[in-house]
Amino acid sequence: MSTFYFIAFLSIFFSILVISAKNPVHSILYLILTFFTFTIHYILLNAQFLAIVNFIVYMGAILVLFLYTLMLINLNKESEPVKPFMIKIAGVFGGGILAVALASSLKLIATSNPVILKNPDLGLVKNLGKVLFNEFLLPFEVSSVLLLSAMVGAVLLATKDPKTA
Amino acid sequence: MDSLTNTLHAVPLNHYILLSAIIFSIGVMGVLIRRNAIVIFMSVELMLNAVNLLLTAFSVYRGDASGQVFVFFIMALAAAEVAVGLAIIVMIYRNTNSVDINVLNRLKW
Repeated sequence: MSTFYFIAFLSIFFSILVISAKNPVHSILYLILTFFTFTIHYILLNAQFLAIVNFIVYMGAILVLFLYTLMLINLNKESEPVKPFMIKIAGVFGGGILAVALASSLKLIATSNPVILKNPDLGLVKNLGKVLFNEFLLPFEVSSVLLLSAMVGAVLLATKDPKTA
Repeated sequence: MDSLTNTLHAVPLNHYILLSAIIFSIGVMGVLIRRNAIVIFMSVELMLNAVNLLLTAFSVYRGDASGQVFVFFIMALAAAEVAVGLAIIVMIYRNTNSVDINVLNRLKW
């Protein structure tokens, strides 16, 4: 039980570092650590399939894509342009108000039922695959079309136009 | 594995919701206070992940596998979104030599 609180603390700590790091490359490295703590959360919930997918897709694919783009863009200035101090204060204040409003409106401080895994097979590949290919077969197929169109769109946007180049 | 998950699952549901709410708020703060488009994009990813964690926690709480399937779809959607979004950022950088979002205020009209 205390493992959850330790990992939750790490998640919050690293996600604060993501938005406060000056260098964008450091931000990405902290984001990788944040996603790793999320993977541990999934393992603690016994959602093994999601843990693996989170590890491979987020930490492997998406963040490598971020890192490559950042290195391609190659910001020569060490420090990016920063917003005025008052705007930063206002942004942090607004986000804090959002957190407080969510916590108070959902009565999150009050005690609630514990999360208990009734069915240990819930998050395993076998069980999720059955659900995915029975109830969610059409969305699954549509998502493949989505990924294909995203790939075509990304290639079209990122390649240089030969007429203008 | 069984003993691990059994001992760990005395965590109240509210604490999962609180954790997700805090991380979502941190993502909102990141969008508000940064000017680098890539860091703003990373904050959006942070918000998506907070929601994913919450959906998984609800799924385990209710004993319903649909929540985890939704998380799988959100991950597929996030991958598509990142590919297209980063391509747009690269294109913006090529046109304006900057990833500062304040350059983009010409998109107003």
